[in-house]
Amino acid sequence: MSMKPRNLSERLVYFSMLAVTYAILLVVIYIIADVVVGGLPVLSWEFLTDAPRKSGAEGGIWPVIVGTFYLVLCTVAFALPLGMAGAIYLSEYATQGRLTRMIRIAIVTLAGIPSVVLGLFGLGLFVIFLGFGASILAGSMTLACMILPTIIVASEEALRAVPQSFREGSLALGATKWETIRRNVLPYAVPGMMTGSILGIGRAAGETAPILLTVAAFFLPTLPQSVFDQCMALPYHLYILATQLPDVEKARPMQYGTALVLIAVVLSFNLAAIVIRSYFRRKYRW
Amino acid sequence: MSILIVALVFLFLGRESIPFVQSHGLSEIFNEIWRPVSFENEQFGMLALITGSLLVTLLATIIAVPFGVVSAIYIAEMASPIEREIWKPVIEMLAGIPSVVLGFFGLVVVAPLVKSVFHLDSGLNALTGAILLALMAIPTIITISEDAIRNVPQSYKEASYSLGASKLQTIWKVTVPAALSGIVAAVMLGLGRVVGETMAVMMVTGNAAVITFDPTQSVRTMTATVAAEMGEVPFGSDHYHALFLIGVLLLMMTFALNMVAQRVLKKYRIG
Repeated sequence: MSMKPRNLSERLVYFSMLAVTYAILLVVIYIIADVVVGGLPVLSWEFLTDAPRKSGAEGGIWPVIVGTFYLVLCTVAFALPLGMAGAIYLSEYATQGRLTRMIRIAIVTLAGIPSVVLGLFGLGLFVIFLGFGASILAGSMTLACMILPTIIVASEEALRAVPQSFREGSLALGATKWETIRRNVLPYAVPGMMTGSILGIGRAAGETAPILLTVAAFFLPTLPQSVFDQCMALPYHLYILATQLPDVEKARPMQYGTALVLIAVVLSFNLAAIVIRSYFRRKYRW
Repeated sequence: MSILIVALVFLFLGRESIPFVQSHGLSEIFNEIWRPVSFENEQFGMLALITGSLLVTLLATIIAVPFGVVSAIYIAEMASPIEREIWKPVIEMLAGIPSVVLGFFGLVVVAPLVKSVFHLDSGLNALTGAILLALMAIPTIITISEDAIRNVPQSYKEASYSLGASKLQTIWKVTVPAALSGIVAAVMLGLGRVVGETMAVMMVTGNAAVITFDPTQSVRTMTATVAAEMGEVPFGSDHYHALFLIGVLLLMMTFALNMVAQRVLKKYRIG
């Protein structure tokens, strides 16, 4: 319904609300533009493929990119199967009752735990108690705990969006429950599940506090060889470059370059999620 | 599985913080001086850290709520469908910017700005931190408030229109009050994110553990303390256990905020 503002004072209020809203848009654009403008001149083949020199003030960020890649990969390996299995259970198998209510409360609680507290937890459980030490294994498990709620909630929503009649049709033809889920429910829910998971993974790639306590090393001479090694990671690298170097000003280009790569990685995850969502929204309509 | 993880989180944080409570007592939390590394007298007063967190959170709320709520109203009630299509990705983008990048942006752009506007010696203070945190809370506030506003039944608005109220009068006198509980819940969830945020505040608030209510002073938050000092403490020392106790306090604060917000959301069937 469109109704035009009636008098001057209404028009003023209307306009100021518009201004406030668009101020946020401007800030978002400004932040991204600032990082892109600062980072682009630094971005080169050498920057992406060289190791850092002079504790990061010169050189490149290749080991940092590799470290982030390993971390994200391991996190996905832990979180995705667990999250999807959890969602399938919650939406298809579980009967609504006290147990599911408790599970839901647990998921919301987990989602609300500050990342630094999860980092402490990872330190206490994985690094010290289970004896993994500061390692990719400990870090990615901590990150997996962090993104699990996102994956479960998004996947469950996607599963619930599949019409009940799809299931009934399959069950009526004599398929078992699992066959029904596998052939008639999952294929339609997968785009939605993927969207949610990708958003979660993007978050994991950009998160600093948990890896600060569980894996990250600022400088390593070699690339990580196994999951029990420490590794470097983009967000942590940026943090160190921006705050811990003796001559922070001189390392500005490196900081901008790292920030740009990090933002590009995270936002491309987001973009992928958006594209998948709109593509499949057009493809499946019922 | 997630129940198990949550239980483990509580268990392990508790386990690692109990030794501190045993040796120093819970009253140590309210001691004023945080001086964990010292030769003669180590002190673990967390009051300065708690007030630091509170101050930054409060300021961030003051900044984020008007922006977040007004934008949510605008997007839900006034924006054209095309505008809405633009806004969703923009909000997702803002939510997606890693906090360490925001912290970096704060360091090179916001801090100098704050410094020159208020004629300060340093831009690394509570206000700069609050501005960045507000940016992080805004996506949460917008998304959930918008849902709450959309959930207000169309008939309420129609009744208002038919009484001759204008669109703006309807929004402020009917729609927003009807959606208020959802908006409050949105703000609380945003707050939960702000209290627990670490990297950005660690980079820009200056990290001085003093009790102050002056936004232009440098402060240190609970989260920043944990992240900054954990790397250097000897395993098993009092300091180590004290940091875990801070984690427990943080956990309890965010847990309480989230639980109340979820209650409200559930009661009004939003989200």
